[in-house]
Amino acid sequence: MFVLAEMKDVIRVTPEHFHQSLTESITTLLNRKLANKVVVLNVGLCIALFDITHIGHSYIFPGDGSSHTEVKFRYIVFRPVLEEILIGKIRSCGREGVHVTLGFFDDVLIPVNALQHPSRFDETEQAWVWEYPKEDGEKHDLFMDAESLPTGPPGSDCPVQSVAPYKIVGGINEPGLGLLTWWEAPEADDDGDENEEQENQE
Amino acid sequence: MWTLPKGILIHSRSIKVNAAFLCNYEVMQILQQLKDSTQKKHKREGSLATVTYETVHYLQNTDCKNQSAQLIQKFLESMKKFKLTKTEKLMMVNTPPRTELEIQLIVQESEERLSEDEVKEIIQIANECLPAADTS
Repeated sequence: MFVLAEMKDVIRVTPEHFHQSLTESITTLLNRKLANKVVVLNVGLCIALFDITHIGHSYIFPGDGSSHTEVKFRYIVFRPVLEEILIGKIRSCGREGVHVTLGFFDDVLIPVNALQHPSRFDETEQAWVWEYPKEDGEKHDLFMDAESLPTGPPGSDCPVQSVAPYKIVGGINEPGLGLLTWWEAPEADDDGDENEEQENQE
Repeated sequence: MWTLPKGILIHSRSIKVNAAFLCNYEVMQILQQLKDSTQKKHKREGSLATVTYETVHYLQNTDCKNQSAQLIQKFLESMKKFKLTKTEKLMMVNTPPRTELEIQLIVQESEERLSEDEVKEIIQIANECLPAADTS
């Protein structure tokens, strides 16, 4: 789920960083620029700088006191592969499916058609329910409740939430997928939810 | 008038997207080192601090908390004979299989590629080398 991505960039080091070594300033600047951001072109969510593989010549352009250095580096990137199994927590349930968070990454959606079959949405509980058929023809309801995750003070939610730049679509419609408790041996207790990565898009 | 040559500064260009895979354990080690070293210098960068904190927090709740480099290596050595792909082995290290069902999920067409005894052996090795985190 985590990969190293090789990237190259031209880093502009402003004069106030000149007291540091070039490597140090490049590390700081690359982390400031990329950490916790999504890089397009199928890269993923950037976590932290892994190493710098090459530092080219530094150039100074007329009218700018900063130095511009071409660097090649490797960055730790969160990028799940297809069919990968991830464990996360349910953030919320809605008509469109189940939202899952991984803590550092929130935009995981399990759409309705990828839930265990047959499932229904319980309006009063605001939760998805897997109607698990028992041998005697009865149905046993398995609830997918949202965990009470800490939320910020009311009103702190950003109402102008822009479109998520990186989304993962998951599926739990195969045996073994879904809440961990569904498939565990009796008595074992665990929370969370397992989901299968199927496709991702920017 | 001097103008800056623009456009050469911004775009990070990726050369190789999947240069190497990292298992959860490795990422946790790197991030924890990073956390320790930046805390000493008192100059933590906002978004870097957020993402490292959240990722370490997530990883600490997974099985990789109890893993070690030697044990993972031992596990991979013993997996050699099963002819698994790289991503399958990586997934096994990240989410160690405890049941046959989990092997079926991780390994594509596991029924054809692995015999029942082999599946049991993998689970046994996984339990030995990659112990479960205590759920307390």
